[in-house]
Amino acid sequence: MTFKEIKYLLKNNVVGIAGCGGLGSNCAVALARVGVGRLIIVDFDLVSEDNLNRQYYFHDQVGEKKVFALRDNIYRINQDIVVETYDVMLDAENSSTIFKPCDVLVEAFDHAAQKEMLIETALDHFPEKPLVVGLGMAGWGRSDLIHYRRSDNLYICGDEVSEISDDMPPLAPRVGMVANMQANVVMEILLNDE
Amino acid sequence: MRISLNNRSETFTENQLTVSELLKIKNFTFKMLIIKINGKLIKKADFDTAEIVEGDDVQVLHLISGG
Repeated sequence: MTFKEIKYLLKNNVVGIAGCGGLGSNCAVALARVGVGRLIIVDFDLVSEDNLNRQYYFHDQVGEKKVFALRDNIYRINQDIVVETYDVMLDAENSSTIFKPCDVLVEAFDHAAQKEMLIETALDHFPEKPLVVGLGMAGWGRSDLIHYRRSDNLYICGDEVSEISDDMPPLAPRVGMVANMQANVVMEILLNDE
Repeated sequence: MRISLNNRSETFTENQLTVSELLKIKNFTFKMLIIKINGKLIKKADFDTAEIVEGDDVQVLHLISGG
């Protein structure tokens, strides 16, 4: 398939991104570059100095709401797509409404408890919707541990073992690997579906 | 009984197990888990009652922080 054909197919798709941190911001940018027509991005947080070691934001955006900063960055890359922003904290109730229109949902949260909430909500409300989860990407090196596996409509990307801690921070290279792997899986699902 | 646990075949002496019993036997002590039996989500509140029997496909996903 040529890139022109790929763009033509993806422009009709809607992808939801739950969380605009290291996974979400990088995954959204990758999907925007290949031309996914509509991105629904959700986060309640502000861009902070600490985020710049891995998240797709810039110095002059510190203090801005992540969803608006990310939307601006995406529009600087691709103006032919639509970015829909939700500046809210996701919970079981609003997740099922906000992500209803999505063909595929990307889980891009930081905390395990939030990941659990979203996976449970998705399996409960739309078990047929593909959900691409990022699981385990702290630290550096160990590239060979990062993998992808599928369990029904749950697509898992990451090493599934490296939890963040003070000595094992989330950093651009490895977080970016998983974020882009999630985008790659989303693309595969969407293109196989056409 | 023989079940599939995370795509690997496992045999247990018991003929049936609740989710809680299985987690204990396998020493899965993580707090954040997603459990599916034959593709169906089992909620935490049902771990003590949901039964696993011969031939079931059980998926245990251990959730860890980072993103």
